[in-house]
Amino acid sequence: MTHRAQNYSAGGSSIDAERLRADFPILKQQVHGHPLVYLDNAATSQKPQAVIDAIARFYAEDYSNVHSGVHTLSERATQAYENARTTVQRFLNARETREVVFVRGTTEAINLVAHSYARARLQPGDEILISAMEHHSNIVPWQLVCEERGGVLRVVPIDDSGELLLEEYGKLLGPRTRLVAIVHVSNALGTINPIRQIAEMAHRVNVPVLVDGAQGAPHLPIDVQDLGCDFYAFSGHKLYGPSGIGVLYARASILESMAPYQAGGNMISSVSFEHTTYNRIPYKFEAGTPNITGAVGLGTALDYISAIGLDAIATHEHALLGYAVARLSEIPQVRLIGTAKHKAGIVSFVIDGIHPHDIGTVLDQEGIAIRAGHHCAQPLMQRFGIAATARASLALYNTRVEIDALVAGIRKVLEVFA
Amino acid sequence: MSADLHELYRELIVEHSKRPRNFRALGSRTRKAASYNPLCGDRVTVYADVSSGVLKDVTFQGSGCAICMASASLMTEALTGLSEAEAMLRCEGFCQLVTTGAASCAVALGDLAAFASAHKFPSRIKCALLAWRTLEAALQGEV
Repeated sequence: MTHRAQNYSAGGSSIDAERLRADFPILKQQVHGHPLVYLDNAATSQKPQAVIDAIARFYAEDYSNVHSGVHTLSERATQAYENARTTVQRFLNARETREVVFVRGTTEAINLVAHSYARARLQPGDEILISAMEHHSNIVPWQLVCEERGGVLRVVPIDDSGELLLEEYGKLLGPRTRLVAIVHVSNALGTINPIRQIAEMAHRVNVPVLVDGAQGAPHLPIDVQDLGCDFYAFSGHKLYGPSGIGVLYARASILESMAPYQAGGNMISSVSFEHTTYNRIPYKFEAGTPNITGAVGLGTALDYISAIGLDAIATHEHALLGYAVARLSEIPQVRLIGTAKHKAGIVSFVIDGIHPHDIGTVLDQEGIAIRAGHHCAQPLMQRFGIAATARASLALYNTRVEIDALVAGIRKVLEVFA
Repeated sequence: MSADLHELYRELIVEHSKRPRNFRALGSRTRKAASYNPLCGDRVTVYADVSSGVLKDVTFQGSGCAICMASASLMTEALTGLSEAEAMLRCEGFCQLVTTGAASCAVALGDLAAFASAHKFPSRIKCALLAWRTLEAALQGEV
């Protein structure tokens, strides 16, 4: 499946989305009598046949538990699971496979760091620094830790375009800062944060940086060594893989220093009632039977997008974003929320006097799937003085024809509420 | 526009959502309850001035989608002047209508019948019911 995709990367510049669509069976359907226009990719993306097949094949041919059996199937399953880890390591350009911890998703990855890293280190008065554009999953885990340890959550402000105020960030980085936790690409605004610079500034004062890459990994080439981050978290289901599997990358030395997360089988090397020795990393953080098939599906999804090329995907989505912004700007009632200079394929918008939910319902009747709501970023919504936005989010398989359908759909919305 | 969509966003509903009736707070001696749907951010506070078992005045405030706002607005009109028992019966009838598309004929719904197609939009049923659930809570609460 991956070799097929390779043919599409036309000189690494962009991709033929129209042809790639054929890899995604779900996109062939009609919704309410219209061709499905799936623009809710920031919530979750659809799966290529390669991923669907890999999951079915694994269950049909190789499935067993991992790391325990002496029998052939267990060896095959372990091999497949560990191959997926190697695929993730290459995808992120991590130094070693043991820096890749399989988790349920970005949320669990962040909770793991909050529990096993921050909780052990935070003293009363210590600070964790986040930004005003964080998803709830990169706010609440830190709030809980701060509450428990007497820490303080500090928030880097953003400007009206949705860009991080780096100067303010510099001022907030202080002697009490113990961790910076920041989103790579904002799920509600599309803003791409300058992670390399953020990490450099933090490292100058010896503060580690966690990056919420839920929206970064599917849309940008990721090189954790080049970014210089200490933790990088992402989910499988947003990058064409299954749900229930995700990754926490962390530098080996940091993982070594961290307390276990959940306790149980696989995370130990020996147990007696008096004393337990923990397994080596990354297994120390993978208690219980993991999502084996999920990892296999994720590995296949990463192979799929790597064959197309993350650069090519980013180029395609960026061009489509430009087209979407231009077309939506033709409609005077539409106001875009999030107009940062560096943006990934997310278009959040509001229409005065029409609630995003009503926009979503009317568009759905046209076969167009968007998200309407606060996008799990209520503090961000408050920053912009709105309760919710309508959000169209792009993936490698979206086309200009679909943007045209969205624009036509929005004109229908305006008709209904004329 | 699809027929279903046209039925959901009837003129009456769109009009009430744009110009909600009885959109104001009532004084301190009234019953009141507030609801918030964290999934979509719809927010309503419903006030009921009840004396001698009769809803003398029903009002609301809040923000939300057209379905939520229109439903709240129409509710205030439909329930003002009813006894508490009649109001609860109408609440029940409306909930039935919104979830199934039909209400028992014992309940006169009048303009509320505009919501007969809401059940075809399962994700919007909560929007249509938010103000009504809030009113029920207000009536069950103490003054």
